[in-house]
Amino acid sequence: MFDLDRWREIFQTLSKNKLRTALSGFTIAFAILLFTLLFGIGNGLKHFFEREFAGDANNSVYINSGITTKPYKGLQSGRRIQFRNDDTKFINENFEDDIDFFSPNVQRNNVLAIYKGNQNRYTVRGVYPDYQPLESAVIEKGRFVSFLDLKKRAKVVAIGRLVEEDLFGNKSALGKNINLEGISYHVVGVFSDPGGDNDERFIYTPFTTAQGMYRENDELDYIGLTYNPKLSVDEALSFTSMLTKMLKEKHGVDPRDQGALRVRNYAEGARNVQQFIMVLNVIILFIGIGTLIAGVIGISNIMVYIVKERTKELGIRKALGATPKSIVGMIMQESIFVTAIAGYVGLMIGVFVLKGIGESLEKYFIVNPSVETYVVVGATIVLIIAGTIAGYIPATRAARIKPIVALNDE
Amino acid sequence: MIKIENLHKSYPMGDESLHVLKGLNLHIKEGEFVSIMGSSGSGKSTLLNIVGLLDVHDEGSYYLNGQLIENLDEKKAAVLRNKFLGFVFQAFNLINYKSALENVALPLYYKGVGRKERQKIAMEYLDKVGLRDWANHLPSELSGGQKQRVAIARALVTNPKVVLADEPTGALDSTTSHSVMELLKDINKEGMTVFVITHEEDIAAETDRIVRLVDGVIVSDEKTENKVNA
Repeated sequence: MFDLDRWREIFQTLSKNKLRTALSGFTIAFAILLFTLLFGIGNGLKHFFEREFAGDANNSVYINSGITTKPYKGLQSGRRIQFRNDDTKFINENFEDDIDFFSPNVQRNNVLAIYKGNQNRYTVRGVYPDYQPLESAVIEKGRFVSFLDLKKRAKVVAIGRLVEEDLFGNKSALGKNINLEGISYHVVGVFSDPGGDNDERFIYTPFTTAQGMYRENDELDYIGLTYNPKLSVDEALSFTSMLTKMLKEKHGVDPRDQGALRVRNYAEGARNVQQFIMVLNVIILFIGIGTLIAGVIGISNIMVYIVKERTKELGIRKALGATPKSIVGMIMQESIFVTAIAGYVGLMIGVFVLKGIGESLEKYFIVNPSVETYVVVGATIVLIIAGTIAGYIPATRAARIKPIVALNDE
Repeated sequence: MIKIENLHKSYPMGDESLHVLKGLNLHIKEGEFVSIMGSSGSGKSTLLNIVGLLDVHDEGSYYLNGQLIENLDEKKAAVLRNKFLGFVFQAFNLINYKSALENVALPLYYKGVGRKERQKIAMEYLDKVGLRDWANHLPSELSGGQKQRVAIARALVTNPKVVLADEPTGALDSTTSHSVMELLKDINKEGMTVFVITHEEDIAAETDRIVRLVDGVIVSDEKTENKVNA
């Protein structure tokens, strides 16, 4: 394959026919450049949606109760459904494998909190320790409520960053006692929450403590859980629909009754985002293939033109003893060489441009626009193959022309 | 060297076919300086193309250097052309982006001669046609006569058995024509078989033997005074 004389011949042809070389090189470099840019920007768009939605789409499920709207099995409509501790047990027993984090919740709004003359009203939630990841709260100081607190019905609280700011000013709340409706609670932790200001104005206390304080018997308000992250979106959806069905059955609610028992699942949203990303992928693929086809057609045209232009020269070479094989080999080697070099140049420019403009595109919903190496290598290989085919067909035709016809070509 | 028996050649022209060569018999021995005379359409170029293995004949037999030419594929033809034949064309047919030296060296490239050796031999032949100083010039920088000299050097460089010249002076003025013919004569004197095609009486007159072709048939074949005097 490596024939120094052949390469010399090719370099000479290429360098003595600069316009021709530049034209074909430009077509290929431009095709690959466009391909890289479009593909990269498409990828950037995808990264943005992945980061904004799919990446954060938490796997949480919230179960709320309400009032029945349909009579069912002899029970009247307008009945209030009340969750109790046995619902907690029921869910955990039936769906142990599907659940990751789990917390029942007792919530009380407008609770007056006082610390040394500063006072304000907050929402107090009685929760399990699992509620922290559910809410994706981040502990800044101290700790969240623990299972030991739960067991001891300890009068402890973890307060939001803004609660601390409101009541304690610049001082640390950790280890201090605050007064909630006349009862003193020990502050064991301060948390922040990416969810924003509202989420940082909550006060968390152990579920058992809150239930004992604010509810009769074993009533609870709602249940939060996250499903096993190993579940696919479809599996998660079938898990929640099964959960809904069984809970409705347990509470004597018509399966069609939408009001009495509501299960909110973020998987649905996650699935929409996934579908959107899939569509985006198809579009990117379409753009990529389209650009490549345009490039391939471009090279083919140029190769046909080049061979046509060189018909006479090829005739001379044949008259001087060039075999058809050497003619085909020469044209193809030239074509592949130009394609590979120009393709690589286009690719490098594309990658460079993407790197350069990457940061500034964030406001247009494009994050980290880049092209995977394998895609680019694949595209270059496709173009080289295209260059080969594009060169091969006219080259064999040229090699087949009788030298006398080629010589008379003007 | 070249022996042709009952050679026929037709070209399809739409539904009809044009019968160009109608049973030619011709024998050219080694070292001869022959011209084929004929007006345009007489079939002389067709004859040269067949002799030069650039085209194939329909009927009859053709022996080149004692070898019967039949069923030639492109590859074999290319090898034979490279080995036995040197071409000189009316339009020079030099490759325009190659220097005079590179043009002359090209047949050697297809013969498989190494680069250094090629350049050395090519330079010798350029010297022979008096263009040593023009070796690195492109064809566009040469005069018509110089181009044809380069073409002759290229035809000779592989040391072929026969030099085929198709209207070698067709694009040249009479003075240049004469000097090109002198060059061909010198080559012939060194023992090379030279086969010239022309429609010009005075060019033909410079060769040793004139074969006259009219409508695809040889009407006369005679020695010229050059030969008689020699």
